Amino acid sequence: MQLEARSISKRYGEEQWLFRNANAALQTGEVVGLLGPSGCGKSTFCRILAGYDSSTEGEVMLDGERLPSKGYRPVQLIFQHPERAVNPRWKAGAIMNEGWQPDGSMLESLEINPEWLNRWPSELSGGELQRICIARALAPHTRFILADEMTTMLDAITQARIWKTVLELAASRQMGLMVVSHDRHLIDRICTRVIDFRSLG
Amino acid sequence: MPLLEVNQLSITFTQYDRGLRQKKVPVIQNLSLAVERGEIVAVVGASGSGKSLLAHAILGILPHNAAVSGRMAFDGQPLTPTVIRKLRGKRIAFVPQSVQSLDPLMRVGDQVRQAVRTGDPAAEQQRAFAQYGLAPQVARRYPFQLSGGMARRVLVSIATVSGAELLIADEPTPGMDPAVVQETLRAFKAFADKGTAIVFITHDLEAALTIADKVAVFHAGATLEVTQAADFEGKGERLRHPYTRALWLALPQNGFAIPDEEAGETQICSLKHEA
Amino acid sequence: MNLRKKTLGYAIVAFVLLLLPVVLSPLLGSEQLATHLTARNEAPSWSHPFGTDWLGRDMFTRSIKGLALSLGVGLTAALASGLIAGTLGLMAATLGKAADRFISWLIDLFLSVPHLVLLLLIAFVTGGGVKGVIIAVGLTHWPSLARLIRAEILQLKSSEFVLVSRHMGRSRWWIATRHLLPHLWPQFIVGTLLLFPHAILHEAAITFLGMGLSPHQPAIGIILSESMRYLSTGMWWLAFFPGLCLLILVRSFDVLATNLYALVDPNRSQE
Repeated sequence: MQLEARSISKRYGEEQWLFRNANAALQTGEVVGLLGPSGCGKSTFCRILAGYDSSTEGEVMLDGERLPSKGYRPVQLIFQHPERAVNPRWKAGAIMNEGWQPDGSMLESLEINPEWLNRWPSELSGGELQRICIARALAPHTRFILADEMTTMLDAITQARIWKTVLELAASRQMGLMVVSHDRHLIDRICTRVIDFRSLG
Repeated sequence: MPLLEVNQLSITFTQYDRGLRQKKVPVIQNLSLAVERGEIVAVVGASGSGKSLLAHAILGILPHNAAVSGRMAFDGQPLTPTVIRKLRGKRIAFVPQSVQSLDPLMRVGDQVRQAVRTGDPAAEQQRAFAQYGLAPQVARRYPFQLSGGMARRVLVSIATVSGAELLIADEPTPGMDPAVVQETLRAFKAFADKGTAIVFITHDLEAALTIADKVAVFHAGATLEVTQAADFEGKGERLRHPYTRALWLALPQNGFAIPDEEAGETQICSLKHEA
Repeated sequence: MNLRKKTLGYAIVAFVLLLLPVVLSPLLGSEQLATHLTARNEAPSWSHPFGTDWLGRDMFTRSIKGLALSLGVGLTAALASGLIAGTLGLMAATLGKAADRFISWLIDLFLSVPHLVLLLLIAFVTGGGVKGVIIAVGLTHWPSLARLIRAEILQLKSSEFVLVSRHMGRSRWWIATRHLLPHLWPQFIVGTLLLFPHAILHEAAITFLGMGLSPHQPAIGIILSESMRYLSTGMWWLAFFPGLCLLILVRSFDVLATNLYALVDPNRSQE
């Protein structure tokens, strides 16, 4: 399967173009790093690729077809700040099970303590909450995961743990991964291919 | 005598349980820390480990439901609420974590100039902007017209132009690209070389090590050890606490290792999978 | 004593004060409302704590019954207003751009016409009386709450957790009931409660101006308007006690609503 950005451009209203004619393709089974300075539009590009935002020009294609607009989406985005990506009035268990029901082995591999599921988001640390968000996005029909600075706010140990699990799952399920990060060392360590965002458009 | 001394600091929050009942939640226990003039001490720990609260306690800006015990002293003087109020923004400067702490209704250049205490405010502001890679015309903008990284650099400018003796920076670097992070860290270093004491609170061990003299490793509300930055090298043989060693070895450039809790040992594993 | 207990205490006291006239009103009976020509224009005393009027009617009974009526009218009108505000706010935020533009225009229109003029017009057209007052007050008090609800929904709709929910394959209906409503209902309840004092004051105002309830009903507005003629003769109690009761009533609502709001506001809930 292939996720493809076909000459995507974006601007808000009549402002300057954030980026123009960005082309990129991501295959299932690949781990691609996306590098670029802050404020260059990487995050917006990711949101468009995942169908969270619309492009001003150009199209996103999944195996030659448009992204579905109903049902569980095969392209999932994981945000930098998990506390914003969850409803503060829901308990962690309800949050995690919103799209599907992760089984015990999934919880185990993500090192999610079942006790957390009965707590409110404000009672969990950033790393714990991010694991809940990752479990939520890892339904069997997920084909691509876009990780936008997924572990930037976490300490090194938590970061290494989370990536180990995600990479193993991605490999065993043949998912495609896009890793957006400013950390060159992280990208060098885990990615099979690196894209410089400035070279896209 | 250290400029800042924190002795046996404990912070407890009173929170509502169910309905009307209240419970006490300890967040920091017996934390001790000393910072000399001209020294950079990094406080490194996981997000949610309570390290921001240390900064808030020193500055006296904890929420009302927090109870503090222990001793804090600045330049030999105990830090009471009245003393803190007098020192804040003058002898003690703060770079907050939230970029929303800028005044939304004032041009950022004016906000920087306002913080200057000695010398020509306009010249000091221009010098700071040049140093942190902010274009001169940025001074005329309002906070909502800045990107997250730019707003952070304005906050750093405000803290540095004040000529404070102690600078407390709470996660000053997220959202900046690597070049600007390096620039900001260099500015901190130059600031310390002029005799300022700096407490640099961060979850980013790598950033901390580029400038810090000492590193206080913070975990679950307590400092596990305070160690020389130079001890972080090789396989971490000179680090005493296993958690500190694990933190060092978990960096992507140092093996990306995951500590094995049962064995108490750290295993190095290659994670790169071939597509 | 923590803040939550204190807040809850205030809310309960305010609530009891509001309930008082409703409970007292049927107990007092209508005998005291009859004309007693032997006891005209009496100053406050133990048998007539609020004094009597020029027909010998007990002002305490009239005031309590007036307050009970005002409460009933205010409650119905505020609920009607809240319902309109909720529906229109919801429609503006969910039915697309055209609906949003139309409803926003409607809100601006209602806010731009002076309140009292609109109230009087609607009360006049509907023929006055209890029904007329309820319709007039209900139709004029919704715009600011509708605007608040619309803004709240728009903000929630663009929040990351709602976007994620859609990516989890959840329907609009599901998102509305599980994500939006739990955030909205406290805002809505408190907003409606805050409409209450307005509704009561305006009910009194149009009645005072002669477009509202009929003069036979013991409404606060009528009591105040009638007493105007006698104030110059030194019968201060005719306006003073009913006016004070109205003030206490309105203030109780304010206290109740602001304290309830403090309890449901997550930013203040840990104080």
